[in-house]
Amino acid sequence: MITAGVDCGAKNVKVVVLKDGVVVGKAMASAGMDTEAAVEKAFEAALEESGLSRDSIDKVVSTGAGKDEPQFVDDTVTDVGADARGMHHLYPEVRTVIDVGAEEGRAIRIDANGKVVDFAINEKCAAGAGAFTEAMARALEVKVEEMGELSLKSTQAIPMNAQCAVFAESEVISLVHRKTPKPDMARAIHDAIADRITSMVRRVGIEEKIALTGGVAKNIGFVKSLKEDMETDVIIPDEPDYTGAIGAAFVAADD
Amino acid sequence: MAEVEKGAEYWRWTESRWTNPEMDWKDGEVVSAGVDVGSVSTQAAVMVDGKLYCYSSMRTGSNSPESANNAMKWALEGTGLTIDDLHATVGTGYGRVNVPFAAKAITEIACHARGGNFMYGPGVRTILDMGGQDCKAIHCDERGKVKAFLMNDKCAAGTGRGMEVFADLLGVHINDVGEMSLQVEEEPPPVSSTCVVFAKSEASGLLRQGWPKEKVLAAYCSAMAHRVVTLLERIGVEPEFAITGGIAKNPGVTNRLADELGVKLAKTDMDTQIAGALGAALFARALYLKKIKGKK
Amino acid sequence: MIANYGYKDGSGDFFISIDTDRCDGCGDCVEACPADIFEMVEDEFDIEAENDVAAVTSEHAKKLKYSCGPCKPASGFEKAELPCIRACGPDAIGHSW
Repeated sequence: MITAGVDCGAKNVKVVVLKDGVVVGKAMASAGMDTEAAVEKAFEAALEESGLSRDSIDKVVSTGAGKDEPQFVDDTVTDVGADARGMHHLYPEVRTVIDVGAEEGRAIRIDANGKVVDFAINEKCAAGAGAFTEAMARALEVKVEEMGELSLKSTQAIPMNAQCAVFAESEVISLVHRKTPKPDMARAIHDAIADRITSMVRRVGIEEKIALTGGVAKNIGFVKSLKEDMETDVIIPDEPDYTGAIGAAFVAADD
Repeated sequence: MAEVEKGAEYWRWTESRWTNPEMDWKDGEVVSAGVDVGSVSTQAAVMVDGKLYCYSSMRTGSNSPESANNAMKWALEGTGLTIDDLHATVGTGYGRVNVPFAAKAITEIACHARGGNFMYGPGVRTILDMGGQDCKAIHCDERGKVKAFLMNDKCAAGTGRGMEVFADLLGVHINDVGEMSLQVEEEPPPVSSTCVVFAKSEASGLLRQGWPKEKVLAAYCSAMAHRVVTLLERIGVEPEFAITGGIAKNPGVTNRLADELGVKLAKTDMDTQIAGALGAALFARALYLKKIKGKK
Repeated sequence: MIANYGYKDGSGDFFISIDTDRCDGCGDCVEACPADIFEMVEDEFDIEAENDVAAVTSEHAKKLKYSCGPCKPASGFEKAELPCIRACGPDAIGHSW
């Protein structure tokens, strides 16, 4: 059976093509203004990688904030459902899934069969999502991709008082004026989000093993802060962007 | 409107000072003062025998004691009064414990209630203060005593800072935002995101779709008004209803707020930004009178 | 007086209310809270008040959703069973969420 999973995130669209339980093609495109065009682009690229034709796809399932936008999909699945299914495939021993995307953070507890037991979501507030790091990177005049490396060079923990991304931006700017080292600020920023994410995870209960997915999982500085905060190790997939799309493709194949 | 140079600070509101031309402090007995050191702006107000004599309002610097000193010196400029002439001063606001010449620090909630009571009269029951970095809703009695309050200083939505972000994004001066937002023929649907970070991306999208600036501002002002209405539900809105703080000068928000609540806004001739400092000056006067009464 | 500490942001309303007329200043909530969000303060609104009253610290007032998270599991909870509410004899504490 050949299926496809489409994850329409706030920032990027991800497409995965699955053939008999094996990922044979995947691609990502920036969501930009036109989600449908981005889906089309990623879909074509994923198909090309798989060497399969569009007609050979038996079923397409979409997920993510914009999951209802592509017209051609057969079904949709919630982000929580897709994350749980995708992670259960990648690491069957995982019981707690943390997903931190650009605009939303999620904590999901799953059982040995990958079934969702409980979940908590942080949404509609930039403080608990990747958008927080992006705003802070702008204030620090550092590329968001460089924030992780930068924070690892920190020599001291400094507190961040502001919770709101807008207020935190002013705080960062005043810290810059006071010549606070940028690595220390980057670490303070990661510590702040990690603290909020950990508290969200506690609401579903931290059960080993724990996996982190979503775009923010690629930020090694955040990962370090999160591990310290939760006092445990965290599994990160090789390509954390694709967990949701993989999950959606499996959901399509399951039915 | 004049061309604004590149890199202009659209968020920078006008600093101001005022002296009552009909008063002479030399005719009075008790000169009391209040300083409200907010996170964004600092106000100093001076009262002579319980009447407003002079005030100033300026941006808070990086250092609270210095901001308090500067604001008070500017308020007193040209009056012949010096800080040493003040009989009693109370500090309030975020930096209230850092006013070097103040005898006491009092929470800004209590000062806003007292100042609002003075500005709008004893009929005022609900005071909404929309400041630079916070939003306060206060329910008070006829003496300006607080019965219930809430303060939101965690989230930038519904604060002056949120409006500054939009002024900057659109390149419209903060003083013009309100009037400009009222220049739409039809009210657009409000910006759907509450969070300022997300609202900003939403607005950028609307601009790319070709929305004119005034329509985007209208959508944001009505979103802000709606947000504050839902916040007010917690303490209830009992008339008379008054708005103080910087946003009170933005008719784009206040008109929409009054419409949604179905109330008329209490009016005042005074500068709404000085409510906290005014309340502090009234507390200072009361404390001073209590002290000299005790001595006699 | 009803003091509401907390905030409203895009994700919801997170307020803890303290009725200062009911609060007797015992401080049991300070002891009971596992996240240390309460403190006893001078009643700044009533100069004649004899006892201190409970308040939420300004640090926690800005992150109540997170501070109170562990007492509010996603699977469900009873407000009446929250440690602070159980500890408060005069029933002066309320949670908005």
